[in-house]
Amino acid sequence: MTAPETQLTPLSPLVPAADPLVASRPASLWRDTLSSVLRQRSAVVGLVILAFLVLVAVFAPVIATHDPNNSLLGKEQGVEKREGSCIHALGCAADKPEHYFGTDGNFRDVYSRVVYGTRTSLTIGFAAIAFAIVLGTAIGAFAGFVGGWSDNVLMRLMDVILAFPSLLLAIAIVTAAGRSLVNALVAIGIVSIPIYARVARSAVLATRESDFVTASRALGESSLGILGRRILPNSLTPLVVQGTLGIGGAVLEIAALAFVGVTGDLQNPEWGSMIGFERNQLFTAPHIILAPGLAITLTVLGFNLLGDGLRDALDPRLNR
Amino acid sequence: MARFIVRRLLVTIPVLFGIVLVVFILARVVPGDPCRAVLGERATDAVCDAFIKRYGLDKAIAPGLYKVGSSWEFRVADVPTTVVDNQFTAYLGQLAAGDLGTSIKHSRPVTRLLVERLPTTIELTLLAMLFATVVGIPIGLLSAVRRNSPVDVGSMIFANLGVSMPVFVLGLVLAYLFAIVLKDTPLSLPPSGRLSSGVEVRSLVEVWGLQSLQGLPRGILDFLSGIYTFSALITGQWSAWVDAIRHLILPAIALGTIPLAIIARITRSSLLEVLGQDFVRTARAKGLKERAVVLRHGTRNALLPVVTIIGLQLGLLLSGAVLTETVFNLAGVGRTMFEAITGRDYVVIQGFTLLIAVTYVLVNLVVDVSYGYLDPRIRYR
Repeated sequence: MTAPETQLTPLSPLVPAADPLVASRPASLWRDTLSSVLRQRSAVVGLVILAFLVLVAVFAPVIATHDPNNSLLGKEQGVEKREGSCIHALGCAADKPEHYFGTDGNFRDVYSRVVYGTRTSLTIGFAAIAFAIVLGTAIGAFAGFVGGWSDNVLMRLMDVILAFPSLLLAIAIVTAAGRSLVNALVAIGIVSIPIYARVARSAVLATRESDFVTASRALGESSLGILGRRILPNSLTPLVVQGTLGIGGAVLEIAALAFVGVTGDLQNPEWGSMIGFERNQLFTAPHIILAPGLAITLTVLGFNLLGDGLRDALDPRLNR
Repeated sequence: MARFIVRRLLVTIPVLFGIVLVVFILARVVPGDPCRAVLGERATDAVCDAFIKRYGLDKAIAPGLYKVGSSWEFRVADVPTTVVDNQFTAYLGQLAAGDLGTSIKHSRPVTRLLVERLPTTIELTLLAMLFATVVGIPIGLLSAVRRNSPVDVGSMIFANLGVSMPVFVLGLVLAYLFAIVLKDTPLSLPPSGRLSSGVEVRSLVEVWGLQSLQGLPRGILDFLSGIYTFSALITGQWSAWVDAIRHLILPAIALGTIPLAIIARITRSSLLEVLGQDFVRTARAKGLKERAVVLRHGTRNALLPVVTIIGLQLGLLLSGAVLTETVFNLAGVGRTMFEAITGRDYVVIQGFTLLIAVTYVLVNLVVDVSYGYLDPRIRYR
């Protein structure tokens, strides 16, 4: 970190030598992290996409043009079943009702359903991964910190979960627990646990023997204190990166579960179930499938880009 | 090498046992009673009693633990007698005899069902993987060599979109594009099924006049016959072969796109890392052509992580197969599993899951062994 400019400063008589301790603001971990994340193009694009989606989710009642669950049959003049997009500004006949993304088989406004679906996907994706990170980190940190046979048993259990195709395991869990969106959330959380358990365990193993941990131990800090205050904060980076990528995966899996119809609820706007419900209409009304399909893709893309950007920014091995 | 393989196989035994146990438990905590799920809500108690006896569902599940109808009972007095005689030990005994049981719903042996359904999935996943590798690796290599060029940026945007699009959305979009938009053009492709109506692939047994064959050899032949792209090819049924391939193209692209994108990205970053190393500089310094440096020194060393990823992707492919088979109306393993889970067909769930898990474990073994060939520094002890 010896930048040539700082060495030159004392040679210039006109500029008084600045006291480095006073002049430069103290390095902040958070500000450094933020600025290195913002240097990653993919992270910025991902953040913009996600900010947009969060705004859509928060302001869904304002943005949506119709009630997402309400069938417009008999309530709106001239509404037709599975009618394609109609936007007046783009030359759609003024006597036809305006539907940005058209209508679905129940005379509902597809655009409003896609807008409200943002809430479902973001909440469930986030909650499922939060659930997986909490449990996975607890299991992995315990296994890595304690070691021995409990490490072996726990990690073999994780291997067993990983050996199943995750979607099939999730379908099985939802079927066993009862078909609902909440159970789908839990199922996706459960099948994601092993990833975070592995990440947490390897992070714990990597820091367990470092000097600052030994120092804490010498100072008489309890095992739990060492784990919670010294080791885990230093293992956070890989978990955050993995978690960001994981939310994208969870959004995909929720959509897949809803698509095959194990989430039960067909009334609530959810992108996957919108597609699954109307998939036989593909050849006559592709817009009903395309609109939620693009919404899923955009959401997952946002999380993937942000996750990749975070990894590149935070992984010290990749410092360039 | 042989010792390494044996040891790896031994290590997988506890994992496989765990899988059998988990599947067994999962299949039984599914609520509702299997009899009425299969025979319908109006099945009489007498019919259901006979049904339950026939499939051994009246036995204890674990020592002392019974499931009567949809409620659980624990009978302490029965614990000693059911330690050996329960559904789990019965299942293990069956497995040891190579019997996967009889499907409750289809009333046919699970092995028979596998012979019929597995070929579809094998064909589909292999073609998808072939597509992903053959297209993904060159894209990754090209992006790495032309780093930050339009080719690189373009293919990485494509890769990012590829991993973000759900399999079923891509499948439906492809079906719409090739079956509706491109209808009546030479590019049109069928959106569902394995063969066009009227087209048939004659089985190997039929072509070779081996109808009298029974047992395992017959099973193997029937299984191979089910892999249409293989059996039609070796028996010279060209038009049927072309038809089978045409039906496979869209599902394989839909299923293979996510692995393709992942493989392209891993290949790119792996080659970039290798090209920055000392031995590559040495190779350049001794005057090798850039082409030789990249292909002979770079690529070979860059492929190691790619092989790992290809192995890992197989597990993902099976999840994707459920969706692809749903979209394209294929009666494969994924679709069968899905129907078995939702229809509470315990026996099929157990049999198929076991097969999937064993496949997964074996694929990972093959991946581990192939490291030795790709990287001479890795030695097995």
